[in-house]
Amino acid sequence: MGALSRIVLHRLFLGLLTLFVVSIVIFTAVNMLPGDFAQAILGQGATPEAVTAIRRDLGLDQPPVTRYFQWLADVLHGDLGTSFAQANFVSFTGSDAEKASVLAQIGPRFANTMFLAGVTAAIAVPVSLTLGILAALYRNSAFDKVANVFTLSSISSPEFFLAYILILFLAVLNPLLPSLSNIYDGMGLGERLEKTLLPALTLTLVVTAHMMRMTRAAIINLLASPYIEMARLKGMSPMRVIVRHALPNALAPIINVIALNLAYLITGVVVVEVVFVYPGIGQLFVDSVKIRDIPVVQACCLIFAGAYILLNLLADILSILSNPRLRHPK
Amino acid sequence: MNAKQLLKIRGLKIEGRSDETWTQIVNGIDLDLNRGEVLGLIGESGAGKSTVGLAAMGFARDGCRISGGSVEFDGVDLVQAPAATKRALLGKRIAYVAQSAAASFNPAHRIIDQHTEGPVQHGVMDKAESERDGMELYARLRLPNPDEIGFRYPHQVSGGQLQRAMTAMAMSCRPDLIIFDEPTTALDVTTQIEVLASIRDIVEQFDTAAIYITHDLAVVAQMADRIKVLLKGDEVEEADTRTMLSAPTEDYTKSLWAVRSFERPMKPSIPEGATPVVSLRNITAAYGTTDVLHDVSFDMHAGRTVAVVGESGSGKSTAARCITGLLPPRAGAIAFDGVDLPPDYRKRSKEQLRQVQMIYQMADTALNPRSTIGDIIGRPVQFYLGLRGAKKRARVEELLNQIELEPKQYIDRLPSELSGGQKQRIGIARALAAEPRFIICDEVTSALDQLVAEGILKLLARLQDELGLTYMFITHDLATVRAIADEVVVMKDGAVVEQGGKVEMFRPPHHPYTDLLLSSVPEMDPDWLDDLLKERGVDNIGDAAVGKM
Repeated sequence: MGALSRIVLHRLFLGLLTLFVVSIVIFTAVNMLPGDFAQAILGQGATPEAVTAIRRDLGLDQPPVTRYFQWLADVLHGDLGTSFAQANFVSFTGSDAEKASVLAQIGPRFANTMFLAGVTAAIAVPVSLTLGILAALYRNSAFDKVANVFTLSSISSPEFFLAYILILFLAVLNPLLPSLSNIYDGMGLGERLEKTLLPALTLTLVVTAHMMRMTRAAIINLLASPYIEMARLKGMSPMRVIVRHALPNALAPIINVIALNLAYLITGVVVVEVVFVYPGIGQLFVDSVKIRDIPVVQACCLIFAGAYILLNLLADILSILSNPRLRHPK
Repeated sequence: MNAKQLLKIRGLKIEGRSDETWTQIVNGIDLDLNRGEVLGLIGESGAGKSTVGLAAMGFARDGCRISGGSVEFDGVDLVQAPAATKRALLGKRIAYVAQSAAASFNPAHRIIDQHTEGPVQHGVMDKAESERDGMELYARLRLPNPDEIGFRYPHQVSGGQLQRAMTAMAMSCRPDLIIFDEPTTALDVTTQIEVLASIRDIVEQFDTAAIYITHDLAVVAQMADRIKVLLKGDEVEEADTRTMLSAPTEDYTKSLWAVRSFERPMKPSIPEGATPVVSLRNITAAYGTTDVLHDVSFDMHAGRTVAVVGESGSGKSTAARCITGLLPPRAGAIAFDGVDLPPDYRKRSKEQLRQVQMIYQMADTALNPRSTIGDIIGRPVQFYLGLRGAKKRARVEELLNQIELEPKQYIDRLPSELSGGQKQRIGIARALAAEPRFIICDEVTSALDQLVAEGILKLLARLQDELGLTYMFITHDLATVRAIADEVVVMKDGAVVEQGGKVEMFRPPHHPYTDLLLSSVPEMDPDWLDDLLKERGVDNIGDAAVGKM
């Protein structure tokens, strides 16, 4: 097991290094956005004095390198900073300053996004694996072709289009599900699930094709192997040949594609959130970019990058674990 | 069909697909097999012997189809039978042992789980029962630690042991018929003996019928009661083993038997004080931190062939990598014409690089599939000799003539349009293109059929005489050594155990390891294996004997 933990530690270190590099890229990119919070909040009629005052309050007058290291130091202490917009709001209304922290802003939104991603994954992963296995089993049959055409057309259609089609059929023509996903705290799990189902179904349509086709391809790729031939010559049924003999050896590429799609579910679902008015992190991200609320934007980017890195790390580790050569060295 | 008859194949035709058209590759074969009988099926690659073997199970690989005839197993025609009927027979009453056990065991499951799968799925035994039976079979097949070895994964077990575990797996449902498809081709001679002996014992013990497919005549002589010779999908002849060996009737069969007679005339001995072309002095080399060569020294003299023999893992190829500079040795030196070469090929001059060339075992992978033959041979011509345009083309044509391939016909072809033997000839031409004095031949004939291999050996011998080349001939096949070598170096575990002229090496007394290697080479005599086992004693064959040294 020594070799395995060494690989994991090595990957973990590389992940952290990547995260550090990404943080530089994020900071640079965000700072290259034209305009800043002061200009965005004060509008076109802002006096230079007012703009300077706000910039000084927020520390925007400091040189970028200083600001980067300040930000980095704070992040390493678990402090993602204070939302410019909320700080502004708090100073006007005198309400609770705690609410202005980026963490308080992002926390519930992130939880919502994770919930949506979780529901989607719970539907999409088993469905794609099953479809992929069946498509490999009945390859080149009518079922295989229909499954391919269906998943390919769904991945090729824009997300909002899929969303509206589902709304049309499942909310308007047959009022089975609510078309708006206004989630709030303290909602019961059942109601929450009901409201999340339509966006989750939309996302399922988006991610299924990729995972299903990889499952099918990875399995078919192995069907010419001598050990598959051996299994068939032992008189094993086609289903058993695929599930017991091909699938365990095809796991690594499948796991990687699943991880990639899960990462997409966390980071790339803005459009679907907007269509269903789902209060996820994507909407918050877009809003914050609009008003140049830099701490929130940076924190969102960092979370996205972290999610990608973590999921890929997990995929790597699981792929390694799926290989008996690494689990059981000579 | 009489009561003793188990398998009856009539007019079996099989087609293979190439470029969207179906061409016939087996042209109506008849085959009969009684219970408990072993039939040897021999022929070159492409003869259709594996295809016939699989068809005896009612099975055709992807890209092949059984287009005619019948395969009657115990009254059931496997060609016409529905898939479910066939599945009920496969594994249970007809089993298969593949050429490469390493590739045919599923890497994701433990050996014993794969062993018990057949009996459990076919409802012959329950899992615990089959596990116990497996351990018993492992013991009968003389596998080490029979109670424990099944719980390992395939990659944790050596090739020879896996091959025996696969035979045990084939036996797991006590089938009536086993198809052995070249089960020892991928093994070293010492390991091969052990597997052969195990297979023969167990087939006799359970009175199982078998079809034994191989291209090695000496092996089939030990295993089979009858032999059937195939050529390009047709039967050449069939007879019982002793008749076939002593009095083959067909010319083709006679030519197969004759291959082993090729032997080069003796060369005069090396003159006193001659400087060797290549000389290894006290080479120690390592992969990572593990030493794989220990203090290896030998000389190779001008115009001679030095055969380096040993089993896989003995360090033969590593020594070659040291000479070419791909693996700089940890200690010691390599001299060319008495002058030390820089250990790393990157530090060698173009002239030094030109003098040492290589021919590889797998011509398939050693030739760029997207380059034409003209480009493959032309590249070293241009790189080492600086020839371009018409001069380069003329030189390439000259080289193709030297390797006996018509230039106009071959120069624009791709490697995929050549046969295995022709590809290996291209490999030779590419090495010659640099006009070297020293060529390393790394198992160049081991992937080829005997007739084709002999052609390559004769070509190499002729080129040596014409061009005064020096060969380092890496091989594990002692028949090849006998045919072509002048001097022999025997390696084991990264060290030289014995070296000398060929005549001395083949004349006793030998180093015990050389003796073991020599006596392990199967001979055409059908009693050879029995005699050898008697002589060595059951517990002292193959791997076991190596271990005791």
